[in-house]
Amino acid sequence: MTLTAKDVAEITRLLEESNFDELYLELDGLKLSLRRGSAGAAQPLGNSDGPAYAAQSPGAGSVAPRAAPTGSLAPSICAPGVSTSADGAARPGGPAAALARAADDPNNVPVSAPLLGTFYRAPKPGAPPFVEIGSQVEEDTIIGIIEVMKLMNTVRAGVRGKVTQILCRDGALVEYGETLMRVGKPG
Amino acid sequence: MDIRRILVANRGEIAARIIRTCRKLGIETVLAASEADRDSIPARLADRTVCIGPSRPSESYLRVETIVQAALGVRADAIHPGYGFLSERAALARLCEQQSVIFIGPTAAQIDAVGDKLRARSEAQAANVAVVPGGAVESGEAALSLARQIGTPILVKAVGGGGGRGMKLVDRLEDLPHAIELAAAEAGAAFGDARVYLERFVTRGRHVEVQVLGDGHGGVIHLGERDCSVQRRYQKLLEESPAPGLADEFRQQLHEAAVRFAKRLAYRGAGTVEFLVDTHTDQFYFLEMNARIQVEHPVTEALTGVDLVAEQIAIASGAGIRLTQSDIRAQGWAMECRINAEDPGRDFQPSPGVVRAVTWPAGPGIRVDTHIAAGSRVPPFYDSLLAKLIAHAATRAQALQRLQEAVAASRVEGVRTNLAFHAAVLKDPEFQAGAVDTGFLARLLERSPVQMETGIRG
Repeated sequence: MTLTAKDVAEITRLLEESNFDELYLELDGLKLSLRRGSAGAAQPLGNSDGPAYAAQSPGAGSVAPRAAPTGSLAPSICAPGVSTSADGAARPGGPAAALARAADDPNNVPVSAPLLGTFYRAPKPGAPPFVEIGSQVEEDTIIGIIEVMKLMNTVRAGVRGKVTQILCRDGALVEYGETLMRVGKPG
Repeated sequence: MDIRRILVANRGEIAARIIRTCRKLGIETVLAASEADRDSIPARLADRTVCIGPSRPSESYLRVETIVQAALGVRADAIHPGYGFLSERAALARLCEQQSVIFIGPTAAQIDAVGDKLRARSEAQAANVAVVPGGAVESGEAALSLARQIGTPILVKAVGGGGGRGMKLVDRLEDLPHAIELAAAEAGAAFGDARVYLERFVTRGRHVEVQVLGDGHGGVIHLGERDCSVQRRYQKLLEESPAPGLADEFRQQLHEAAVRFAKRLAYRGAGTVEFLVDTHTDQFYFLEMNARIQVEHPVTEALTGVDLVAEQIAIASGAGIRLTQSDIRAQGWAMECRINAEDPGRDFQPSPGVVRAVTWPAGPGIRVDTHIAAGSRVPPFYDSLLAKLIAHAATRAQALQRLQEAVAASRVEGVRTNLAFHAAVLKDPEFQAGAVDTGFLARLLERSPVQMETGIRG
């Protein structure tokens, strides 16, 4: 039993139109968990790099991913699910294909988190974000802050260009090495 | 408080082992992994993995703030620190206490109390537990006069840590000042604490330790002892329980001493009280307490049927000790080999790499705790433990034979291991007779170095 991308899109639409925040589906040998954007995008357990929806098939090795029995395991996790792309449209559910295309483009450089912590897009609550989609950045432009136990670490772009994607929500936990944004290099 | 989600702040076999018990208990796990361990078996076993930093431990597994931030970020109720890394750093326990995250282990104050070896000595004395003759080094003059009192040979030891670092053996009193200087420098570099103390060196000693569980309010039970005398440069390689050749009364005295010590601290969680057993005088002395789950804990689990990690979690959640002393019934004999990625032919140098193929033994009375399968990487950044093979049987002879068969059935390709070395130890007549002292392995290596090098598969 497999789910096609179309099936998942359809299920996502049904969830969006419903009053529910979360959907957990287990079919023969397949698990799907979806979560509304407000609670952090749907997140495959045990994998933060995957697309916003995850259809996982147990039996690969001896370790099948297990569903979270209680609440949301990833309440504030930065996931590509809430991705804002260059055309400005927020896309809950996050089209994996578009992300994959962006990741493939060598001129679209990922800016990754230098450490694990809470990511902030603005210097303080209510202040305008350091950068927005379309912002021009230099190597040393500050693009955000990562807080580790009250210690604020500035994150710099490390590359010159224009911000094309912002992949993390303000206040989300980011892992070491996680892609925060993408910057399109000129030319 | 109910523990529903645990951040496992460790790696390797112990991370896999902790996750296994959590699954059994229906507790979610989030593995805090370094970059090198993102694709490890523990990462696959955990419900979720967060990458906490680069491979180097100082940038990931040893970062107190990062670990606690990760726990808060994934809304874990508790942190299990495993062994090594931050497991006995009071700073982690303290930050957990401040942030209302449950630290699965003792209190920060208890870690401090046993981490300072001099303080632990005085706690032992206060609990009416014998310590090796010795004491603090206040000044050069005082050290000499203390040394004259206790007599040579003397060990100079670090107050702030163990594992052989900051430790020097002195045979002649005139060498003492220099040895103190060296030990202090080493201790300062390794533990950030240059204080040293003196202890009489027991030439023929055995390392016997007692597993305890404490509820944090003075309730303490013991789960018997383990003999860890097969050591190379203070690194344990093979452990067994019960300790062979001890009189019942002596064994009971050891257990009671361990319980007295832990009660004195109102110790919370699982811990081990280590003793030095002098084989000449048939006396035992307190060495130190390890305030964590230990590598060799499966030996005790095999014998008692108690899941020590489950008990750690129960105590941490406030359920207390769910067993009474009379519930603990040790049955049969258990023995464990630590299989390391190291090369006995090259002075036991670590042998990192990629494991191409691996076969672990299986069968009645055999337990294998490992995080290694075909394709697993053995990164150079961490200790080289690949697996623990544990054999359990009705008698020592049967357990020994099972372990020999288990070692023989094990195959690891791609990295060098000490499997052949273990096979040699297990068939040695002195080891088979039982009750070896801590000098046994060095003597064996001197006697038959060639034997250790043969049969090692590349």
